[in-house]
Amino acid sequence: MTGSIPEALNTLCAGLVLIAAFAMVATRQVQGVIRFFIIQSLLLSASCFLLGYSRSSIHLFILGVLTILSKVIAIPWVLRRLLPVDYYERREISQVVNIPASLLVALLLAIAAEFLTGSLVTHVSDPMIVVNVPIGMAGLLIGAWALIARREAIPQLIGILAMENGAFFAGIVIANELPFIAELGVFGGVILIVIVVGLLTRNIGETVGTTEPAAMRELREAPVSWR
Amino acid sequence: MALILVVVIPLLAALLCWIPPFRRFAWGITVVSGWVVFALTVFVWHEVLLNERVVSLPRWIEIDGLGVLILGIVSLVNALAAVFAGGYMRRTEHEPERLWWYYCNSNLFAFSLLVVPAVADPNLSWVGVELVTLFAILLVGFERSANALEAAWKYAVLTMMGAPVSLFGFFTLFWAYHAVSGGAPETWQSIQAAAPNMDPNLLKISFLLIFVGFGAKSGLAPVHTWLPDAHSQAPSPVCAVLSGVKTSVPLYVILRLIGVVLGSPMARVGHWMVVLGLISVGIAAFLLLQVRDYKRMFAYSTVEHMGIILTATGLATGTADFGAVLQMLNHAITKSLCFYVAGVVLLVLGTREIASIRGLFRISPFAASALLFCSLAIAGAPPFPIFLSEFSILSAGLRVGQYAAVAILATLIVIAFVAILLHVNRMAFGEPDAPHLAKPLPLSCRVAVIAAAVPVLFLGVYIPAPINDILQLAARELGGH
Repeated sequence: MTGSIPEALNTLCAGLVLIAAFAMVATRQVQGVIRFFIIQSLLLSASCFLLGYSRSSIHLFILGVLTILSKVIAIPWVLRRLLPVDYYERREISQVVNIPASLLVALLLAIAAEFLTGSLVTHVSDPMIVVNVPIGMAGLLIGAWALIARREAIPQLIGILAMENGAFFAGIVIANELPFIAELGVFGGVILIVIVVGLLTRNIGETVGTTEPAAMRELREAPVSWR
Repeated sequence: MALILVVVIPLLAALLCWIPPFRRFAWGITVVSGWVVFALTVFVWHEVLLNERVVSLPRWIEIDGLGVLILGIVSLVNALAAVFAGGYMRRTEHEPERLWWYYCNSNLFAFSLLVVPAVADPNLSWVGVELVTLFAILLVGFERSANALEAAWKYAVLTMMGAPVSLFGFFTLFWAYHAVSGGAPETWQSIQAAAPNMDPNLLKISFLLIFVGFGAKSGLAPVHTWLPDAHSQAPSPVCAVLSGVKTSVPLYVILRLIGVVLGSPMARVGHWMVVLGLISVGIAAFLLLQVRDYKRMFAYSTVEHMGIILTATGLATGTADFGAVLQMLNHAITKSLCFYVAGVVLLVLGTREIASIRGLFRISPFAASALLFCSLAIAGAPPFPIFLSEFSILSAGLRVGQYAAVAILATLIVIAFVAILLHVNRMAFGEPDAPHLAKPLPLSCRVAVIAAAVPVLFLGVYIPAPINDILQLAARELGGH
């Protein structure tokens, strides 16, 4: 494949983003999941910088910096402040689906993403769009799967954030001229998500005494007995 | 200017509730802010009637008929819920020193709900809807019992999953728009105008993603499961806002988008809306038959109504669109009343279980007559407003020859009607199992119930011209034709 150096590097980033998504699905340690999320966010910002360089847009550089500030620095810090240390040291034993099967699902989702977005990028000549949109969709779907397959609070939250990373990975190439205030709102929203869900997780830990909110199954519909 | 104040005042109220010396007056602050916002909304409503559009900050804060309708129902429900909360929260909360936190939060919630219809940029609508979701999480889990926290978690996970999905959709929408806009800023108005030239494929994908993401937030099946849990666990005034208008706000964005997509000749989504809407109505109707908790019952009825609105927009005729926006208005005023009444019944009896309630008329005539009134209204008995809107949707469907859809919809509505009245009949009439000692009701709760019942009583018989004109404008916005 021929192309300029930023394009080639961007393709490398895209591949690594996908690998990071797989790694999040495969990791048992809560701490490990967070680490891979940070790596994925760094790759996302690297892709921002590369794009910013090749399209000479200051806007994308700011976006990359914002990504680092929010997802690499602020979010792990907020989580540390909000939640006691035993949330991090946990090793998840009881996943809904075992890890090899889970990876297989993730692989299928990646292929599905390619098909879903295939029709969108057929007429596009910009190689970065062709790379980023399918990978972004794959990141979104695999993040959703990571969220479904896990029961611990923090990995579920990271699943949501990984989905967000996927959406952004596509967003930086197709919507990089989004008004700045909207982007600021999006980043603020992401941090708020972490604060609110973190608070909720802490409340659940204090009241119910579990770090696995998915284990709570009191509320559901049981058939009524007609007398 | 009034429109900006509408958005800013709840934010200031939240700030005031948070400042320690004012925490004692949190309820008063919330009520005053709620009614001031409502008065300002009436003013904006009037302006929209005169000019069809109000532009406070060009490109950012603009509102049209559909937006002002949402703004109106949000501010009305919010103001009444603030009144209701006074007595209700004081009675049910065991730690009165935490109450300021509830009011602070509910003001933030009101702020986020009011932002969505007031902003002109679709991407900011996304931010607004996410804020709505976030503040609602805190309110659903407010009671901090194990069940409330479980409901809040379920709600958080299910609805937050929608956030990145719809974000992807908004990015795609921007992409589609940007390719044809020539650099003009993206607003709801400008994308509607540009829709015929946009790549239909991109438009379809973005609509699909946003629909999936926001459909979960409006409680459309199959992602409705958070809704009954959240509604059974949240404090009743929160339920009123949550069910009455919070579900309508993401739906408002979806409807806006339907207006855009219908403008594109290639992207047909009408049939899908009808099918998905009917699935929601169907699931809700059958679950309504077997609920055991009356707050869950009203929650399922919300799923039903969201499905009806979606079906109506899928029919894609002027009358059905009018029916859809009318249904939105009627749902908001009636469903919020239902949850005030549910709160009253809960205060009187202290249980949410339908089976353990009998002879409510003997225990508390006020609660029982209010329950009967609101249940008839929400189930859609004539002459209540819901009957009017459902009737106009069904007749619009018949006029365009969608006989199968109309037949299914009518059957499901009847099933839901029977289910609701069956449950309420058990609760209201008969002899109480055990002698209950009815607790006296707080004045603010009585006032809120009676005030909320007034529009429900009148809108079914007569729709005043200012409301009718806004509904017409809103329906036009939605049609794209």
